[in-house]
Amino acid sequence: MPLLELRNIHKTYHLGGETIRALDGVSLDIDSGEFISIIGPSGSGKSTLMHILGCLDTPTSGTINLDGMMIHDASARQLASIRNKKIGFVFQFFNLLPKLTVRQNVELPMIYSGLSSKERRERAMNSLRSVNMEDRSKHRPSQLSGGQQQRAAIARALVNDPRIIFADEPTGNLDSNTGELILGMFDQLHQEGRTVMLVTHDPEIASVTPRRIEIRDGKIANEIDPKLGGEAPKFKEIKAKQSQLARDMTA
Amino acid sequence: MNLGSIIESGFKEIWANWFRSLLTMFGIILGVASLVTMSAFVKGKENLLRDSLAESGGLERIIVDDNDDLPDYQKHLEDEANGMTLKDVYALQKNAPLVYNVTPVIEKRSYRGSLRISRKSKRARYATVKGTWPSLMEIEEHELEHGRPFSDMDDLLANTVCIIGSQIRNELFGEYDNQGEEIIPVGEKIMINYIPFTIIGMFKEYMSEEDRKKKEEALATGQTAKKRDIGAAFRSGDRNSGRAMVVYLRKNSTIMVPLNTFVSKLDSSYDRGSNMDRSLSTVAMKIYDVSTLEKSLQQVRNVLMQTHNGLEDFEFETQEGFAGDIALSIQNERISGMFIAGICLLVGGIGIINIMLSSISERVREIGIRKSIGATNMDVFFQILTESIVIAIAGGIAGLIISPMLVNTLANFADDTTPPVMTAFAMTIAFGFSVITGSLAGLFPAIKAAKLDPIQALRYD
Repeated sequence: MPLLELRNIHKTYHLGGETIRALDGVSLDIDSGEFISIIGPSGSGKSTLMHILGCLDTPTSGTINLDGMMIHDASARQLASIRNKKIGFVFQFFNLLPKLTVRQNVELPMIYSGLSSKERRERAMNSLRSVNMEDRSKHRPSQLSGGQQQRAAIARALVNDPRIIFADEPTGNLDSNTGELILGMFDQLHQEGRTVMLVTHDPEIASVTPRRIEIRDGKIANEIDPKLGGEAPKFKEIKAKQSQLARDMTA
Repeated sequence: MNLGSIIESGFKEIWANWFRSLLTMFGIILGVASLVTMSAFVKGKENLLRDSLAESGGLERIIVDDNDDLPDYQKHLEDEANGMTLKDVYALQKNAPLVYNVTPVIEKRSYRGSLRISRKSKRARYATVKGTWPSLMEIEEHELEHGRPFSDMDDLLANTVCIIGSQIRNELFGEYDNQGEEIIPVGEKIMINYIPFTIIGMFKEYMSEEDRKKKEEALATGQTAKKRDIGAAFRSGDRNSGRAMVVYLRKNSTIMVPLNTFVSKLDSSYDRGSNMDRSLSTVAMKIYDVSTLEKSLQQVRNVLMQTHNGLEDFEFETQEGFAGDIALSIQNERISGMFIAGICLLVGGIGIINIMLSSISERVREIGIRKSIGATNMDVFFQILTESIVIAIAGGIAGLIISPMLVNTLANFADDTTPPVMTAFAMTIAFGFSVITGSLAGLFPAIKAAKLDPIQALRYD
């Protein structure tokens, strides 16, 4: 059984009397341990798809099964709990709280899951260690570089051991070298067996993932899945090059 | 999210914007301080008025007075009106069981002339000499501090003995001698209308609790206490306070002599016939229970109508009016004070709403982030609510801390008013109101923050 199972998802907005079909019948299965990217130009509906998958939003119609739970008609409270325990978010603008230290930022999800302060501290430090940020735990986000902030954000996303990680344009605000390093970290997470979904408009970034789904006008326009039809050689090359780069940077 | 971390994050947020939080708190601080201060002043006044009511005999005291002004239909019998006499006193003792301690009083006041209290070259300005029975001491709540009361034998023999109030002592002897010891003039002689009287007792000095405290403090520091200015209290329009102070002054300027002594030595209407017909100034008595006041008055009236042959040449003087005045003026001041303090707290609350609203609109993105990592609507709601409650509690505590200073400062400025009394009750109420204000003020911003859509909030710049 897949980790995420979408069936015929529709999402419509009403803006000034005009009906916008952001998602128009999307069906999708994602297995545990997959590394996927969602590609599409802005306005294609990829962000809406990610918000719905990430339990920030609910579909107008259709069913979603996440890890055995039907989340398309869950209450706001249940969605908050799912976001807290099963989902990790990494954003383009890092979205760390500026008044808190790095460690306090990483501890934040655990505050909402009600862990004791001792356990919070321990797990936050472990998570920071896994992204090589433990020596920056007492810094404020403003004292860090963009790459460091994004690594802290990844540590925060990982801290509650989520089933799936969503990264929304995670390199969009970084220079290309740092961006590749961050992509390498996602690849690393994938290697460790985690489920990661990148959302991007850039095919080159998307090329690091084995499976790529292209969204256009609220529909799945194209899908490259190694299980179904193998990989385009162009993507293979780029991926090899980028994994190499990432390894160099982390080493 | 547990309560501890909610409160912790509330404090962090307030500390991070401490200046803004302090400004927000000012509304609450002023509200709490003004509520406590207002109630302290009203309470101080209330205490003085109630004490003075009790000092003048309480609600149980009834006085029957002469009334020369007969009802219209009895005008032609004016010559027959004898006023109050000892006959009435004995009749009441026998026939009016609802009252007790029926006591005749003949009195003269020095400031109406015809009375001269002196010792050597010194003269007492204000004095009231009362010829009466010892039971008047109980009716008027007098307490002997030195010496003895006069006995029935003193009355029978018309001994020239007297009991004086402390004010008479102060004027004729001085309060302290050269060594700083209190002067106790028992055994000394004073002249009342040039007739020597032996002082056999002195009453204690009557004063309000606050005045007593002030005097003790002043004694401890070796200064003389500042005398309260009754005239100023009257001039400032505070009739009740002035009246309360007069109660004390009048009581302290009393000289009591046995009734027969007064009649034979001091009363110029001596030749009026038999003892029983001698005209009295008043007849004082007590009732057993305030709730029977109406019935008791009726009973006394019935008896007196008999002894006065149906002539209504007397009137009652009760303290109900004074008590009613006290209650009314206290109530008025309390309401107006509450109103002002309530407006202060309301303004403080609006201040909190305003700041919390601007604070959440600055923090829309933060709220979005918190929601995206698992904060429920309730978590956000309680976070914002806690912040406003913490502001209100901190403001409330600060208000309680500054209110004693405010009370003291104001008490020093307004010298002639009654000293304020701060009560734990008022402080509790004020603090409670500040917390309620904070909670109510936090509700709207907290609901607004909780309702934010996480996606919109994350996009917000």
